[in-house]
Amino acid sequence: MDKDAYTSRKLASDQDKDILLSMEDVSVSFYTHRGIVKAVRNLNLKINKGETLALVGESGCGKSVTAHTINQLIPMPPGKIENGKVVFEGRDLLKLDEKEIASLRGDRISMIFQEPMTSLNPVFKIGDQIADVFLAHHNIKKEEAMEKTINLLKLVKIPAPERRIKDYPHQLSGGMRQRAMIAMALASPEPGLLIADEPTTALDVTIQAQILRLIYDLKQDIKMSVLLITHDMGVVAETADRVIVMYAGRKMEEADVYSLFEKPSHPYTQGLLNSLPSNKKYEDAARLEAIKGTIPDLLTIGSECPFENRCPHAMPVCRESFPDETKIDDDHSVWCHYVEGEDASPSSQLVGDQGEK
Amino acid sequence: MEKILEVKNLKTYFTLKSEKFGAKPEVVKAVNDLSFEVNKGEILGIVGESGCGKSTLGKTILKLNHKTGGEILYKGNEIFDLDAEDLKDMRRKMQMVFQDPFSSLNPRKKVGTLLAQPLLIHKLGSKEEIDVKIDKVMKEVGINPVYKGRFPHQFSGGQRQRIGIARALMLDPEFIICDEAVSALDVSIQAQVLNLLLDLHDKYKFTYIFIAHDLAVVEFISTRIIVMYLGKIVETADKKELVNSHLHPYTKALFDAFPATDPKGRENRDPVLMGDVPSPINPPSGCYFHPRCPRVMDKCKLEYPELKEVSSGHKAACWLY
Repeated sequence: MDKDAYTSRKLASDQDKDILLSMEDVSVSFYTHRGIVKAVRNLNLKINKGETLALVGESGCGKSVTAHTINQLIPMPPGKIENGKVVFEGRDLLKLDEKEIASLRGDRISMIFQEPMTSLNPVFKIGDQIADVFLAHHNIKKEEAMEKTINLLKLVKIPAPERRIKDYPHQLSGGMRQRAMIAMALASPEPGLLIADEPTTALDVTIQAQILRLIYDLKQDIKMSVLLITHDMGVVAETADRVIVMYAGRKMEEADVYSLFEKPSHPYTQGLLNSLPSNKKYEDAARLEAIKGTIPDLLTIGSECPFENRCPHAMPVCRESFPDETKIDDDHSVWCHYVEGEDASPSSQLVGDQGEK
Repeated sequence: MEKILEVKNLKTYFTLKSEKFGAKPEVVKAVNDLSFEVNKGEILGIVGESGCGKSTLGKTILKLNHKTGGEILYKGNEIFDLDAEDLKDMRRKMQMVFQDPFSSLNPRKKVGTLLAQPLLIHKLGSKEEIDVKIDKVMKEVGINPVYKGRFPHQFSGGQRQRIGIARALMLDPEFIICDEAVSALDVSIQAQVLNLLLDLHDKYKFTYIFIAHDLAVVEFISTRIIVMYLGKIVETADKKELVNSHLHPYTKALFDAFPATDPKGRENRDPVLMGDVPSPINPPSGCYFHPRCPRVMDKCKLEYPELKEVSSGHKAACWLY
């Protein structure tokens, strides 16, 4: 089936009016002195309005590069978006010029990062930094912006916001700083998409629980979409609606969150869940079922399945080509030769044949 | 059971530079009057959030920090009373694995040199013997000895942590302190390293103190667990007991806060613990946990509860018990 037909069929079946953002066949590479790093390969994803999509994977899987592609924060060079489209509300973001994309950032697409201390400006007061967003994107006066800032800080549950706006970032605790970052992300006129890149990784576990709960609650109240990037399956289980599991730049499995945890189908997803010491099956176990080996070098990766060298079910075909999509369920797909072979009715699709040597 | 280490009323305080001339300097009570024992062959997990003093405790036990008061008895000998020669001997038996394998391995030394160093310092073995030992230990931690001519940056994070473990193993220690030894690793690599630590434990009957912020990791690897909050032990018990019937509200909050590995029922979870960990410079009055505690009573605001044995081997510091 040709690509356009596939795309249009797919869009129609998903009632495209509900789709906020879609990425179609996106590949991103970095041209380094050691060679071409294939960070993301032929990635398709969509985020519906009001939904939380989690991108989960280990370091080097391409999850942050995916987020930065949406926001166009990839340094070019050495980075290059090789092919694909990023459609946000009907517009291909990759075709916009710098001015247009800058007006989208912070306006319709906001981002929060892992370490709030490095993304907040240390020499400005919290209140002024958040009010700046209002001043940049709304046509209002300073006093009004401050008032709105205080309301926002209340919304993200920062105690005594009237006093906190006069604090500098270093005077806040890690959890409070992350709340301030979230407030800043919400300061846009109509938040559309919040990209949260490892928002709780640097936080203590009781603070992480608070921030996850906050993002979960805010999403219900404000009806924004969230792209959550994380390495932590626990964070996924707590907050996501849908999940994409990535490995070495490829999408391995995509499912709604309940289906993924109930029936993880890709050997990598299974291995990832089995690697968690908190997995219920380890109550009396002496050892974890670890995935053997390490992540392949993204420089040397070709058109094979990148998990082949660690996979317990690897077959000769896995070394030759990246598998097509296998549907497990309505909202559950997996890209794996082994599962494809098991499944009687694979609905083979688009990805896979474009990998290069 | 044979005690290998006894810690009695240990205190480690740090004095901060006073900001104003003549002002009373502020004191951080990082380890605040702790007592516990470590039995031979057990894996004692120490868990707590940042600033609870768990790393300071680990370093103080190895005399990598000063102590302000109390005793640390290793096989009955006070570590801080040993002379240089005896301390060196003792350090042979007590090793540490650090969190960050990037910064704890010298980037300018080859792996073989890094691993030989402990033996050279302790003047153990000839060059040939050291070479044989390096090969043996590298195999043991799952790294091919042909790579001993490589530099640390040529290894992945997981392999580097294996080298850190190999270095600790070079001196045939009895007692290893792992300070956040798997925290910097990806989850699939973390599982491999945890299995390795357990394999080594089975084979050599090491005693471990395993310090981590990750409750799931500590719960998996430990035989006994200490929960710390702001320099104090709030609860300690055997693993099973602590997991199944923890008493202290902070321990419960830790278990609740830990993200489940199942999305089912996430709408109906218990409310999360609010508030931040207070500053250890100015801990709250009474029980340090009382401002965040959902079951706070009047007494909690006035007096710090002592660590009491609630049932055999299960101690908690809480006025509820």
